[in-house]
Amino acid sequence: MTSRGAVNSGFSLWPETASVGAEQVDLVYLALLGLTLFFVILLGALALGFGVKYRVGRAAHRREVVHKTHLEVVWITAAALITLAVCLWGTYVYVDAVTPPPDARNIYVVGKQWMWKVSHPQGPREINELHVPAGVPVKINLTSQDVIHSFYIPAFRLKRDVLPQTYTSLWFNATRPGEYHLFCAEYCGAEHARMRGRVIVMEPAEFQRWLSDSKDLEPEPIPNAELAEARSDGHAEVFARYACGDCHKSGPTPEGPTLVGLFGQPVRLRDGRTVVADEEYIRQSIMEPNAAVALGQAAPSTMPTYAGQVDDEHLWQLIEFVKSLGADAGGIGPTP
Amino acid sequence: MTTLDAIILPAPSYLTAHWSLRSWLLTLDHKRIAMLYLTSITAFFFVGGAAAVLMRLELATPASDFVVSGAYNRLFTIHGAVMVWFFLIPSIPTVLGNFLIPLMIGARDLAFPRLNLMSWYVFMAGGALATGSIIVGGVDTGWTFYTPYSTTYANSAVFPMVAGIFVAGFASIMTGLNFIVTIHTMRAPGLTWFRLPLFVWAMYATSLVLVLATPVLAITLVLIAVERFWGVGVFDPALGGDPLLFQHLFWFYSHPAVYIMILPAMGVVSELVACFSRNPIFGYRFVAYASMAIAILGFLVWGHHMFVAGQSVHASMVFSFLSFLVAIPSGVKVFNWIVTLRNGTIHYKTSMVYALGFIGLFTLGGLTGLFLATLPVDVHVHDTYFVIAHFHYIMVGGAVMAYLGGMHFWWPKIAGRMYNEGWGIFSAILMFFGFNLTFFPQFILGYLGMIRRAAEYPPEFQLLNVLSSAGASILGVAYLIPLVYLTRSLVRPATAEANPWNATGLEWTVSSPPPEHNFDSTPVVTTPPYSYDAEKTAELEAVSP
Repeated sequence: MTSRGAVNSGFSLWPETASVGAEQVDLVYLALLGLTLFFVILLGALALGFGVKYRVGRAAHRREVVHKTHLEVVWITAAALITLAVCLWGTYVYVDAVTPPPDARNIYVVGKQWMWKVSHPQGPREINELHVPAGVPVKINLTSQDVIHSFYIPAFRLKRDVLPQTYTSLWFNATRPGEYHLFCAEYCGAEHARMRGRVIVMEPAEFQRWLSDSKDLEPEPIPNAELAEARSDGHAEVFARYACGDCHKSGPTPEGPTLVGLFGQPVRLRDGRTVVADEEYIRQSIMEPNAAVALGQAAPSTMPTYAGQVDDEHLWQLIEFVKSLGADAGGIGPTP
Repeated sequence: MTTLDAIILPAPSYLTAHWSLRSWLLTLDHKRIAMLYLTSITAFFFVGGAAAVLMRLELATPASDFVVSGAYNRLFTIHGAVMVWFFLIPSIPTVLGNFLIPLMIGARDLAFPRLNLMSWYVFMAGGALATGSIIVGGVDTGWTFYTPYSTTYANSAVFPMVAGIFVAGFASIMTGLNFIVTIHTMRAPGLTWFRLPLFVWAMYATSLVLVLATPVLAITLVLIAVERFWGVGVFDPALGGDPLLFQHLFWFYSHPAVYIMILPAMGVVSELVACFSRNPIFGYRFVAYASMAIAILGFLVWGHHMFVAGQSVHASMVFSFLSFLVAIPSGVKVFNWIVTLRNGTIHYKTSMVYALGFIGLFTLGGLTGLFLATLPVDVHVHDTYFVIAHFHYIMVGGAVMAYLGGMHFWWPKIAGRMYNEGWGIFSAILMFFGFNLTFFPQFILGYLGMIRRAAEYPPEFQLLNVLSSAGASILGVAYLIPLVYLTRSLVRPATAEANPWNATGLEWTVSSPPPEHNFDSTPVVTTPPYSYDAEKTAELEAVSP
């Protein structure tokens, strides 16, 4: 498999097939095509045969019509069994397709009107591009900042609606390095048609190079590890588990404010209020990020809500972790 | 003798009994109300069709150059909403159903003539609101109004459109209720349930769906308005609502709505196939029960619209299985229509060409429905042109072909005029080819991954899109030809015979067009339906050259 797929490939009647799952879907599709062809030929031949044989003016032997119930029942049962077999096979393939292997590499994708924002836990961020290694299971975690979008990669035969305030996911194991289309399949407003991107599948070694090169380009390449450094109380693991550190680094970044020194300090909000960053403020910011957006941050907040994602046990651990980051560096609003 | 002459002069038909505009607008005659609906839905059809023409022109090139995306989004919304709620759902029930049900069951009128007239006014009020939304800027949500886009984000005239559909829903409920009561209580002596024409069975099944499903749509639309105007969180998660709740409610109506469109079409085709093959329908009871099975199972499959939406895997598995089951009664019907041809004497009249076209296109539409019911395949083709092609095969290839086949079959009864068979057969065949050229390439585009509701697409999809647009222009012409020749037939004298096709059924026992009161005396039915005899074909040959 050395041939490379490309976004601008020419006219074709069959889509590119670039993942293990896509090959499975194609097999089910071909079975359904075969079934369709069978019924169309059978029914078409009958209709054509009768239509010619019994057309008006043609002398054919016309028998009294007797309804044979057993004939009807046999035909219904046979047709139903054949098609239900395909239904069950499809379900079997589907269950596989929605169950990611536990060792899948996680990538986070946020849909917003009208772009895809991709975050790799290793640091790199992309917009409308998604770099993934071939031959490795990759799990995409999806959420939306506004309306419902749908993350669709035809070459992988995969699509998943992207909902606000909820995480959904899909996974794939890409087989062929190349560039493939990424679409938004759910109508999401004026520029829905332009909410397109590219999926770039790379050989694993090439991908590792891309990953480390991209890291160097990051303005403040501070991984989770730095924030979690030397804090072995267990809360840091939860912080890492929810990938909070993808955006909240040791200094302010375009993705989000730093949490260092936040706790207990006054925070100026976009709506003019000033609140103290206490336990309730941290909880609210995790569960309802739009309820109190800090001055200098985007509104609606670029932070997805964690309502329904973080259970009570983890919530307090996150709050404890933010507390442990100290209160020595002033508020998180921009310094006037 | 002069007095006797006066008595035996034929009574004026429902068309000629009164001439004033008032006599049309305040009529309680089911046949005249059917004509009010016919003119209204024909107008709506060409409004929706015009939007489709503009869309196909835009899609001839990959860039959005003919219309900008904002305008395109309004075009597909108006096309979908007008075609679904103001053409397809009312089409066969309110025109052919209104006109034929009393005539087919030997009744003077529907059970509630005033309710029938009121339903037309309510329908028109809804239509005025919905099409009025175009004047105040159009709607850009798609006919499905997915939340939270429709409630929180869309800056277009969502309210008039939603209000129009809400209002028109009451017309649906009134019509359905009227039909159910009429069919239960007003059948002529001897007309038992299993002597009913299959068209009446189909209308009965359709009416059940209309009455049971439409209120759910009404509730859903009210909830959209409540959230949009007062910010009460129902569907928008930012307000504490659940967007999937909207999809469940919407499809709980809108999937059965597909059966509101296709069940009447199946009823029409049963009449046409029997008459023009001069045979009783093969397996009458199976076909009748299949209508009821489709109506009932149709309520249990809405989740197949939500396989990628975030519904649980287990729910998706159940909905996939149930969606396969609903294909079985449809398969029964197709098989029985084809076997009805056997041992018959087949007359290729315009209506029969439409009926055969229906069977072919509906079969392909139904089989491609199995692709969409199969979970992993749906994940790929959901929200692509595969879905567009599939439901147009059902709704346009199926429902519209059957509607036009029915219009041609009963046109002599409705208008009292014949039409030119040559033009009729020509436009039916042109429609069949134009339709396939328009929509077959869309199956391929869908599997290639072309998403729906997009004014722009990658350049490699252009060739198939150009084919589709070319097909649409042929299809457009094919729809205009019957409009011309059927309208022109009206200026000729009403000379059609009572039963030009030598068909069975009580509607053919009254004159063409029927008198206001339908039957001079209550008919008594003593025979099963479709008492055709393939050997005795001479009469049909004699009357229709």
